[in-house]
Amino acid sequence: MRKKKKERNVNTLFLMITVFLFVLLYIVGMVKFGNRGFAKLQVFLNLFNNNAALILIAIGETMVIITGGIDISVGTTLGWTCMIVAYSIEFKGMPVWQAFLLALVTGLVFGIVKGYCVAYLRIQPFIVTLAGQFFAAGAAAMIYQQMVSVTDELFVKLANWKWTFPFFGTTNKRGIVTYPSISGSALIALAAVVIFYLIMKYSKFGRNLYAVGGNETSAMLMGLNVRRTKFMAYVITSVLAAIGGIAFVLNTSGASLGQGEGREMNAITAAVLGGTLMTGGVGNVFGTLVGTMVIALIESLISFQGTLSSWWGKIVIASLMCVFIVLQSLLSAKSQKKKGDTSHV
Amino acid sequence: MLRKMTSHKLFMPVFCLAMVLLVNVIMTPTFFQITIREGVFYGYMIDILNRGSELILITIGMTLVGASCGGVDISVGSVAAFSGALCCICLGDGAAYRMPLVAAFVLSLLLAALCGLFNGFLVAKLQIQPMVATLILYTAARGGAQLLTNGGVYTIKVPKFKSLAGAIPGIPLQIPIAIAFITFLIVFVILERTALKMSIEAVGMNRKAAKLVGIKTERIIFGCFVITAILAGIAGVISCARIGAADATNNNASIEMDAILAFALGGNLMSGGKFSLTGSLIGAITIQTLTTSLYALNVSAAQLPLYKALIVIVIVAIQSPGVQEMIARLKKKKEAERQVMAE
Repeated sequence: MRKKKKERNVNTLFLMITVFLFVLLYIVGMVKFGNRGFAKLQVFLNLFNNNAALILIAIGETMVIITGGIDISVGTTLGWTCMIVAYSIEFKGMPVWQAFLLALVTGLVFGIVKGYCVAYLRIQPFIVTLAGQFFAAGAAAMIYQQMVSVTDELFVKLANWKWTFPFFGTTNKRGIVTYPSISGSALIALAAVVIFYLIMKYSKFGRNLYAVGGNETSAMLMGLNVRRTKFMAYVITSVLAAIGGIAFVLNTSGASLGQGEGREMNAITAAVLGGTLMTGGVGNVFGTLVGTMVIALIESLISFQGTLSSWWGKIVIASLMCVFIVLQSLLSAKSQKKKGDTSHV
Repeated sequence: MLRKMTSHKLFMPVFCLAMVLLVNVIMTPTFFQITIREGVFYGYMIDILNRGSELILITIGMTLVGASCGGVDISVGSVAAFSGALCCICLGDGAAYRMPLVAAFVLSLLLAALCGLFNGFLVAKLQIQPMVATLILYTAARGGAQLLTNGGVYTIKVPKFKSLAGAIPGIPLQIPIAIAFITFLIVFVILERTALKMSIEAVGMNRKAAKLVGIKTERIIFGCFVITAILAGIAGVISCARIGAADATNNNASIEMDAILAFALGGNLMSGGKFSLTGSLIGAITIQTLTTSLYALNVSAAQLPLYKALIVIVIVAIQSPGVQEMIARLKKKKEAERQVMAE
């Protein structure tokens, strides 16, 4: 019980650092780019609008990491489902809802296969999802290898739909008032955060996730169905990646090859920044949302800056993740030393 | 006799290679023909070995990492791109080299070694899972390569640079093949002639026990990561020499998958411990042959990963505890049935 409390504290510590980082970066943005409209509410909302897909896959990633595993196939799964939706609407004339359903079913089946391999065949999650990553990338290339942009009427209507705030309007030089708005996909992502926060905190399945990640053997001895819990975590993650693909395609109104690649890194970093321990058992999706916002802010700052290449974003994000992982490992080593645990050779 | 043959540890890799080669011979009867053209060996097999030299080098490293810590190093491709890019930047894009060739090599291999030290530090000292630790450089090293080459392709205008991937002067053998096989021989001899192989296996099987018998486990893991990174660096430079330019995006892209595949095909356990370097070599050649044949079947480079992922999952699934238990259960059942029949 005591250990649990300590790990919770570690979790809050990381979350505090991340929140601090977010505020700091935001202030830097205000100071440097305040005259170019960085302070506008719309810029803040765009962090959600542009990163709905990332929020969705990061939620899934958090669940999987909490069980003590990892899923590095979410990025290309997102790209694959993007391609499925765009291709089937544009070239096969499929109704929009049917295309969305097809993407979700693809995610579900893919998740079932991955979950089975990890939970029941007990293959290392990294190997399974690395193979999954390549499979999804290849599968997307099997469908179509060029850019697709979707022109379907209903789809465009859905993609452009946004909820405009009736307040906080800003007046530009010509006297036209524009109100800040948030896109449909961002609202879905935020709803998913709330839903999964509640599920993981209050449902039996949620508690099982933490128990399995905390200590698999004792979870098994407690009579929990460890395998099914892990299996479900991978399936849900894959479905969330498919929803993320739909959100992405709505956001960009198109799909191209290789667009999901590397996004798993952002998702993992978001989870780690939000206080999820790589060793499993600790973390929550609210923290992950904050982590995602930090990543979104870094990318936004780099694009505001204008001259830095997007590769700087990747390097900064990778180093952030590195720092947090090293901190995690140092803290856990310290707490184990305190307990006089010698299993940590 | 057959049983003895099939139970040999190299049976699976050799069998797989034989299958792939057989299919190729049926498809192209001139497959094994080797001729000398313009003073160089020429033929399908030579081409496969030549193209596969990078994979062979990286697989050697992957085998050491896999055996010593039961994980894989997925940063190899990015590290290769990074050190390849540094080598080209050092040489410059002028009409003559900016610095001596050897200095550029040494610098780029030093960079690779640094990457290896970083990975080794995270894994050996900080006890981070190898795949998570190497995930950092998997992204960051390729980012570094992109920064060095400004996101594009950095071409070297000295024509002699390309000849580094050509034939050895006087001997009709391509330099990459020679490098790959000499490296293999050196590593193989060192492993077999010293206690190093046993130490690595001991660390891979049970790190705690190995430490208790007095093996310097941290140093072994460190060493494995550094050697892997250096081999990846050599592979990166070879790739650059092949096209006469540093292509940060495509240099050894997704080679980690091939190397893991080769490692698994070589009959090695993903969980670490006992390993066979020869098996890995055969695995690497098998993968390269497979890649070449898939290209011959008009499979595009973007679609290729799908087939490889399927093969890797099948091989790993056969090795997995779940399936092994299933097989054991089936065997037991059969045995029991036989006993009942006998009674």
